[in-house]
Amino acid sequence: MTQSIPNLLPNRNRRRWLINSGCLAAAGLMGLTHKAKATESKLRIGMTPAFLHDQHSLLDEWREFMSTSLQRQVEFVQRDSYRETMDLLRLEKLDFAWICDYPYLHLKQEVRLLAVPLYQGRPYYRSYLIVRRDNTQFKSMGDLSGSVFAYADPYSNTGYLAPRYHIRNLGHDPATFFRKTFFTWSHRKVVEAVASGLAQGGAVDSYIRDTLVHVEPDLALRTRVIWRSPEYGFPPFVSHRSVSAADFQLMQKHLLEMSTTERGRNLLSRLNLDGFTIGSPSLYDGVAHMMRAFGEA
Amino acid sequence: MRWLFNLSFRRKIPLWTSFVISFSIFVVGTALMTRAYEDMKRAVVISASNLGHTLANTVAPTLLHDDVWRAFEIVRSPIHGEPAQTPVQVDAVVVLGRDHKVFVSSDPDTLPMLTEPATLGADWILLSKHLGAGTKWPLVLEPDNSDYLYVALPITDRDAQLGHLVLRYAKSVFHPWFIDSLWQGLGIGLLVLAVLIPINWYWASRMATPLVDLAQRMGRILEIEPEPLPPDLYPYHDELGQMFQAYDRMALALREKAALENEVVKSERLAAIGQLTAGIAHEINNPLAGLITVVDTLKLQRDLDPRTLRNLELIDRGLMQIRDTVAALLVQTRVQARPLNQHDLEDIHTLIQTQVSKRRIRLEWSAAMPAELPAPASLVRQILINLLLNALQAAAEGGQVSLWLGRKDESGSGLSIVVRNDGVLLSDEQLVRLFEPFASTRAGGHGLGLWVTYQIVTQLGGRISARNIDGQVEFVVNLPLGEALCSTASA
Repeated sequence: MTQSIPNLLPNRNRRRWLINSGCLAAAGLMGLTHKAKATESKLRIGMTPAFLHDQHSLLDEWREFMSTSLQRQVEFVQRDSYRETMDLLRLEKLDFAWICDYPYLHLKQEVRLLAVPLYQGRPYYRSYLIVRRDNTQFKSMGDLSGSVFAYADPYSNTGYLAPRYHIRNLGHDPATFFRKTFFTWSHRKVVEAVASGLAQGGAVDSYIRDTLVHVEPDLALRTRVIWRSPEYGFPPFVSHRSVSAADFQLMQKHLLEMSTTERGRNLLSRLNLDGFTIGSPSLYDGVAHMMRAFGEA
Repeated sequence: MRWLFNLSFRRKIPLWTSFVISFSIFVVGTALMTRAYEDMKRAVVISASNLGHTLANTVAPTLLHDDVWRAFEIVRSPIHGEPAQTPVQVDAVVVLGRDHKVFVSSDPDTLPMLTEPATLGADWILLSKHLGAGTKWPLVLEPDNSDYLYVALPITDRDAQLGHLVLRYAKSVFHPWFIDSLWQGLGIGLLVLAVLIPINWYWASRMATPLVDLAQRMGRILEIEPEPLPPDLYPYHDELGQMFQAYDRMALALREKAALENEVVKSERLAAIGQLTAGIAHEINNPLAGLITVVDTLKLQRDLDPRTLRNLELIDRGLMQIRDTVAALLVQTRVQARPLNQHDLEDIHTLIQTQVSKRRIRLEWSAAMPAELPAPASLVRQILINLLLNALQAAAEGGQVSLWLGRKDESGSGLSIVVRNDGVLLSDEQLVRLFEPFASTRAGGHGLGLWVTYQIVTQLGGRISARNIDGQVEFVVNLPLGEALCSTASA
């Protein structure tokens, strides 16, 4: 587990370099060819830490599958924080994105709900509060007062909003409840921060932590869950409002029918998902409620 | 301890040289090992400061932005999971904030975030004290009684000091490496010893063996006559070789001295015997002359009955025998003497012919002399006859007798007579008492022949000696020559 860490940095750098140079090349291409045609032909999909987005072979396969199925060029754009993906959406650099429910509500004016993944048959997930397995003194959030705490991302519901809401409900100020907090910019790394002892507690997406138990049990099982939040709507696929109705339907159809093909099912099982549903914006009322509590919406 | 110094050189030289070799190898080995340890430490410090500079530069932005997780990923990048295997492998990386508290560390379990150095142990308190201004970077700290070596560097952004980066190295990793080198060094040392010790042992015993031999010979020098050293005992010309040559010279001188002493003792004994016999002879001769006269007078009386006459003649013959014997003992060189000439030699040759042919002896006669020699002829004749008859008697039937007579050398003034026979060799006992009266070994001899010869030779101032040579018995007479000898002779 720990051995993968030194390799992570250069990989990410290389990836960024590839993406950047890819963008440059694309920009150059756009300048030379007909602009409208170029943008129409390629679908740009933002991938975020809403899932285990550093499983590169899985992503490659999914992109190829999607490209074949849609008969379109597909580009996956990965960013390490929700914020960056949100910015790209606002700037219309992305057509679609898989984002967290919390950013979805932030971007409600600019995006439309495309589809919601089904996790264990339902479009819901939770926030987990995790501590190290060998630590027996922490039994609830209250015990973590004055400790070092790892959040996933400032735009993550389960990794930031939900635990803070919980602290608030316990009658504390989330800003001073912990001695120190920091962001790991990924749910997986929250698990890592807690497992390594860097942080005593962490807030993590239930879907990702449960998936990790299968994918990386050595890491995931060094943590244990001491609190489960209520259910929230699963991080959705969204489309920018500027995306044409045809492209919207094309993509929606593709996602909804993914579980009907062998290859699609295979990919879904590797994503630890069951399929997609159309979903309703009301799924995210719980998040909106918490946001209001913090005066954000 | 003294017994060590009393050991034989055969043991002492190899032991000492072995000790010196082992000691040298030990000293050189220890010096090399110390050097190796210092080198290893220097390698650690160099590697640490390289790594430290890189990490400090990389981690600086995370300190600026308080990005704990990125900082954690950076400080963990040089750590490879398992405990360090090589001395240059870092054990822990720690970033200290401006307040010297832990900002982040690669090992949050033992070095948790936000910890004060005071709670981390003596090493960190000491380290924290050294992190002030004026420190020379990189700071290398090896606290006493600590299992760790620390290398610290400042983390700066432009001119602003953001904190410090501390690299911790486990010394427990040094030791197996050091012990590895130690074993390797020891192996080479033993190999060198295995080669050197036998060579040394061989060389030392080569040197010691002749020394020990010499010491044993020296120890016995007063008990038995020293023999010459075997020439191959130590055929070199170093100090040892010179000592051996000196020993040889000394042994030769001692042997000559002993021979001389023997000769002197023999001569003195013979002189004493000569004096004694001469004295007795004189004492006997005086009354004897009177007795002979009386007996002669009595025999002239007419009225002697036959029985008395017979008794007188018996007494007369007895007295005559006494006179002959005493005369033989009392060797007197005649006062008048003519020089020796060739006729004398011819006479002697003729005289002994009867014996020669009777016993079928092969006679070699080699007498090279001028017509006349200034030597007393009658005495030389007596010497020659005595020696030749003696030789003829001693030689085996059909054997060989040789005579050589001449001057010793052209310039020399002496006359040499050499007589040899191939009869039974003389024993050591015989050689000692050969020239004493009544010392004859031959049946029928009265034992006065050689005694008389000796007396004549010594009275003439010459020398006579006998020895066994080439399976023959040799008598050598050396006589001085001169006019004085012919005209005078001692009594």
